[in-house]
Amino acid sequence: MAENQSQYQTFEHDVLVIGAGGAGLRAAIEASSPGVSVGLICKSLLGKAHTVMAEGGVAAARGNVDERDNWQVHFSDTMRGGQYVNNWRMAELHAREAPARVCELEAWGAVFDRTADGRILQRNFGGHKYPRLAHVGDRTGLELIRTLQDHGIHQGIEVYMEVTVVTLLRDVGSGGRVVGALAYDRERGRFRVYQAKAIVLATGGVGRAYKITSNSWEGTGDGHGLAYHAGAELIDMEFIQFHPTGMVYPPSVRGILVTEGVRGEGGVLKNNEGRRFMFDDIPANYKDQTADTPEEGWRYTQGDREARRPPELLTRDHVARCIVREIKAGRGSEHGGVYLDIAWIKEKLPNATDHIKRKLPSMYHQFKQLAGVDITQQAMEVGPTTHYIMGGIRVDADTQESTVPGLFAAGECAAGINGANRLGGNSLSDLLVFGQRAGHYAAKFAQANSAGKINGDEVDEAARQALEPFERTGENPYQIQHDLQNMMQDLVGIVRREDEMQQALEGLEKLCQRAGQCGVTGHREFNPGWHTALDLKNLLTISEAITRSALERKESRGAQFRDDYPAKDAEYSKFNFVNWKDREGNMQTRREPLAPMPNELKKIIEELD
Amino acid sequence: MAIATTATSATTAATAATATFSIWRGDAQTGQLVDYTTAVGEGMVVLDAVHNIQAEEAPDLACRWNCKAGKCGSCSAEINGVPRLLCMTRLDTLPLDKPVTIEPLKAFPLLKDLITNVNWNYEVKKRIKKFNPRPPDATDGTWRMQQKDVDRVQEFRKCIECFLCQDVCHVLREHHLHDEFIGPRYLVYAASLEMNPLDTEDRLKDLKDNHGIGFCNITKCCTTVCPEDIKITDNAIIPLKERVVDEFYDPLTKLVRLFRPRKK
Repeated sequence: MAENQSQYQTFEHDVLVIGAGGAGLRAAIEASSPGVSVGLICKSLLGKAHTVMAEGGVAAARGNVDERDNWQVHFSDTMRGGQYVNNWRMAELHAREAPARVCELEAWGAVFDRTADGRILQRNFGGHKYPRLAHVGDRTGLELIRTLQDHGIHQGIEVYMEVTVVTLLRDVGSGGRVVGALAYDRERGRFRVYQAKAIVLATGGVGRAYKITSNSWEGTGDGHGLAYHAGAELIDMEFIQFHPTGMVYPPSVRGILVTEGVRGEGGVLKNNEGRRFMFDDIPANYKDQTADTPEEGWRYTQGDREARRPPELLTRDHVARCIVREIKAGRGSEHGGVYLDIAWIKEKLPNATDHIKRKLPSMYHQFKQLAGVDITQQAMEVGPTTHYIMGGIRVDADTQESTVPGLFAAGECAAGINGANRLGGNSLSDLLVFGQRAGHYAAKFAQANSAGKINGDEVDEAARQALEPFERTGENPYQIQHDLQNMMQDLVGIVRREDEMQQALEGLEKLCQRAGQCGVTGHREFNPGWHTALDLKNLLTISEAITRSALERKESRGAQFRDDYPAKDAEYSKFNFVNWKDREGNMQTRREPLAPMPNELKKIIEELD
Repeated sequence: MAIATTATSATTAATAATATFSIWRGDAQTGQLVDYTTAVGEGMVVLDAVHNIQAEEAPDLACRWNCKAGKCGSCSAEINGVPRLLCMTRLDTLPLDKPVTIEPLKAFPLLKDLITNVNWNYEVKKRIKKFNPRPPDATDGTWRMQQKDVDRVQEFRKCIECFLCQDVCHVLREHHLHDEFIGPRYLVYAASLEMNPLDTEDRLKDLKDNHGIGFCNITKCCTTVCPEDIKITDNAIIPLKERVVDEFYDPLTKLVRLFRPRKK
């Protein structure tokens, strides 16, 4: 390492995992084995990552509740939900490997809810043909992250808590592979250089680019941004999932997630006329799978194998749009949402109150405490909330390696499996399946390569830039983040239009200039103002990628809805949009043709259609 | 909770739309409570007020938070002297006619403002023997357990590791026996492993000799502050104490063991 780096704390690992949610933990566990040293960086304390917010379950075709389920059906459901622009190989691997990954959790101490014969219980969820989500009430994400954490701490992984990565470092001499990362510890604000032979990005999503979101402060698109600036490609960035049911009232809880499990357990959506409006618009490709009557829908949620799913369990993109339609037509709830009613099931079940509390304990708790609503007695008010980004770092399906050698990605920050829309429950399984793969192949890469050379000047320059906000007296970074969130919400939200998105691009340029001028007060020790100033770079980069891809996709498909192009266009089913940084540092967008699907997978889709 | 809401909502709704918060500012060496006044609105929680203050007046005010929905256990602090989650404490449950004090946890070393060094907790967990399941029950590598047999463990697994129970526990807070006692959180953790139907490990000797279970004298302060309503004392600690007593102090067992040594 160069001389001038002596001023930084330095750490060396074979594999460095950035992000300690489900994907990062699973990758770290897989990579850690005799002879491979693994470092795991988390922005918060260990076990606090956004995975804890996942509620409904983890999708895996184990067939415990309905033996007709198998990986082929899961694969087909995932492709259909993604409107067939998914990376089919990822969808295949995911469906095949999820059952084993879930079973492994039980071996590591997870305690899922049980079937009558003592196996892992599985529940219904939107877009899944059979009951498929292994779950623990409505706190499955907590169970998953805690299980991985408690197993992981005995694997010899070095965990660095409350550390944020500023930039990835590349060895320009050896094909541009990644060789490390510059980071700072939040507690003291000191810079650290991590040297690594391979890096796994597992940083989650970018909900903080929007005003109404279910994401915590951490969802600032760090992995997306780090990878992009290191030369990796982003794909599918126009596809942002607006979860149909976030809390809408009181204002301070707006956006907090209300699990799809409520609908899985029989909850129904109603407008202010009391009408179950989801029956009004059922997409053609789901017609055969959807109940004709409320009665049939109820029977489905209670496990009647002959019944078809209620329209509330259509895919999230569709449900969110129907809710927006009702609100815009003046049929919304008093605080600008619609009603989600689970209390009505007392007409059907004798012990409904206890049943709801047992199946949806955190929802009961959350509404009772934050909104003063007893969901066993009253309807909830809900509306769409920015929840998940289908787009992310473009990776090889099998190895999860990005287009930059030695740089891997898994979980939400990687892309491909979900296509234009993600099915609920497919995220927890995604992060297990591809976290495991990323960890495995990153370790392999590290074993096959020697340590690269870090360029000291690059480190110094990045550190200098990171400290610039202290030298300026410009505006408060919170204000810039706030303005960005409002703009993205208004101009690149659920319903999109050419002129608005052009306006957003201009707005982003101005925000970039303002971000370059912002100043912070205080010192470097645990200073949220400074942290926010540094987060802006990734947020702005990712917002630009979202906007550029959304402009290019002149059609409506999955999560992307264009007011000016409301129909699906077959032409756009042939490629994905890719963003990358050109030599001048400008963002470019291109069409990347979909790889042809092998006949055996095509056959699965045709047979199950 | 519901009672408190009704009792104070009338007064808070009637008062002005601002409130004052006395927030601890400082580090391990020096610090004091600083008053900040900010707008308050319907349904706000204390964390919202802290965020407002950060955005308006004190961008460098240090405070941990993540989910803002009581699921991650990051925003633990002491509100008017009571250990609570900032994100789950509604302003309309607090008297707003005087400043609301927000202070860091007391059982751990202060880093800055509302942030304490909680690393000790992570070290403690590593010392507890990990889950060690029996061989799978079925040939496909899976296990069979009845729901009623896992209900008890699932209660413990609701824990969000906010460490409020550690903060309030007098053995840690007042007597600073961090080296001898693992605290309520990790007794719950040990219980979740000991009572897992699949687990085969034995942690009783550790609980007695290394984890200091005897220090707990069942004041139930931990149960009172648990935001997940885990019956920490009744359901986790007392049954563990009973197991330890049965194992090491029961004269009848001792007698039997004289003739039939315990299998290991």
